[in-house]
Amino acid sequence: MSANTPYDKVMLARAKGRATAAEYISRIFTDFIELHGDRHFADDTAIVGGVAYLGDMPVTVISMEKGRDTKAKIYRNFGAPNPEGYNKALRLMRQAEKFSRPVVCFVDTAGAFCGLGAEERGQGRAIAQNLAEMITLKTPIVSVFIGEGGSGGALALACADEVWMMENAIYSVISPEGCASILWKDSKKVRAAAQSLRLTAQDMKKLQVAEKVIPEKGTFDACCRTMAKDLRAAFTARMALPKDELVRQRYERFRKYGAQIVPEDF
Amino acid sequence: MDLRGLFKRPANELEKGGRTPAEATAADTFEVKRECPDCGRKIAEIDLPEMYYVCTCGHHFRMNARQRIDHICDEGSFTEMFSELETKDIINFPGYEKKLREARLSSGEEEAVICGTATVLGHKCAMFVMESLFMMGSMGTVVGERVTRLFEYATENGLPVVGFTVSGGARMQEGILSLMQMAKTSGAVKLHSDAGNFYLTVLTDPTTGGVTASFAMLGDVIMAEPGATVGFAGARVIEQTIRKKLPQGFQTAEFLLEHGFIDLITPRSEQKRVISTLLSMHEKKNGGDKA
Repeated sequence: MSANTPYDKVMLARAKGRATAAEYISRIFTDFIELHGDRHFADDTAIVGGVAYLGDMPVTVISMEKGRDTKAKIYRNFGAPNPEGYNKALRLMRQAEKFSRPVVCFVDTAGAFCGLGAEERGQGRAIAQNLAEMITLKTPIVSVFIGEGGSGGALALACADEVWMMENAIYSVISPEGCASILWKDSKKVRAAAQSLRLTAQDMKKLQVAEKVIPEKGTFDACCRTMAKDLRAAFTARMALPKDELVRQRYERFRKYGAQIVPEDF
Repeated sequence: MDLRGLFKRPANELEKGGRTPAEATAADTFEVKRECPDCGRKIAEIDLPEMYYVCTCGHHFRMNARQRIDHICDEGSFTEMFSELETKDIINFPGYEKKLREARLSSGEEEAVICGTATVLGHKCAMFVMESLFMMGSMGTVVGERVTRLFEYATENGLPVVGFTVSGGARMQEGILSLMQMAKTSGAVKLHSDAGNFYLTVLTDPTTGGVTASFAMLGDVIMAEPGATVGFAGARVIEQTIRKKLPQGFQTAEFLLEHGFIDLITPRSEQKRVISTLLSMHEKKNGGDKA
């Protein structure tokens, strides 16, 4: 796959037929057991969570699932989580902390769901809660962006020790469409918006928002095998850290995003 | 000496229906009146500060950050911090420099949040107040940095934090780094909380997007002003998504209270008293955590 402009990347990140989280999970882990529900209100089908083995290492897996065909997409609410999804994710992360299991998150969403019920049930609060709790979670977290990383809805599963991005994944404060219409009142300026927002995986690496860009070449199976190996290495290293040090480093990771990050080639 | 706040700030053009600057000068005379959107009463602009910008019918007009500081803090007690942080166009976003210049002119501020320490009826706290006249209180790296530093300062000194929020959300013009401020500020709030310190948020009109989804909703006590719009997604976006008209009163402070997401709605005239009482109840013995 190749993409020339940032907008091409946006199209690739959203492309029909692109692997969704379920396909990564089935290849990277074994014995995945899905765990449902937020214990307050409902089970959000846009977020799939559970426990699995990464080699011989038990891990907690939390993913945003867009679904492949139309029926699945509707069932998964097109990967747009409601507050229950974030609450479920947080429940599973706390469980992971309790049992000293690392957490892998797969991020793929256009954003948190914009709906009446989502607001009534505290979408903003649910996201805020995840950000605050993830920063101090006493177990390692790696978040892998496999498609779209839409704003706060994506960040709520990405307050991690490391963020990895698939080569054609994107991460943005707002969709290029939203940016074009709000800022320039012109939905046709979406290409310019995609360019200006700096939303590609390569931009994330430059801005130190992502630690790693994963090439999308070779077979998908081979890519997943490599990812499994890299996840194990990342977790093994971080599990060796004292928990306070782990949390300190994660706080510092986000603490640095201020005016001091000045990439030269923008 | 910091001269900011001593001079009269330019009036909010939007609230006056988008007048040109030439007309706005005339707006400072006693003849100019503002119409209350709730009851239609016309109130002389010159009387509004004394009324804390609240109509006799109870409608709360927007208030700028310095006015709010004057209204809530004991006279002369507010000491500003972190004002030296300068906003940069980090990702070279088209038109951002110009937007910043306009925002500085219309608000008289350097950024969309003012931080410092103050006393409220004698009770000391760290305080941040967001400014809607500066790019609708949007959060970029400097807003995030100031708020984070304030929480870190408060954690170090065992101080409670009182924060007034008003924001359209994360600032698009700083791209992903604006989004990162949500995580950064939430982390700082969490460490402040874990150290046993008190945090009170006062949600004012409007508090939305990335600020709602981070430090605005993380208070130990969450207070809101009557009628304030508070939500995550914009109402128009929701209507487009669900293709339905939203019910009356959706995303107001009253709606949030009904759904259990805020603790109380406090009119401006009562805020100083309620805030100081809450600060008093959460006062740390022996002057805080500092060992």
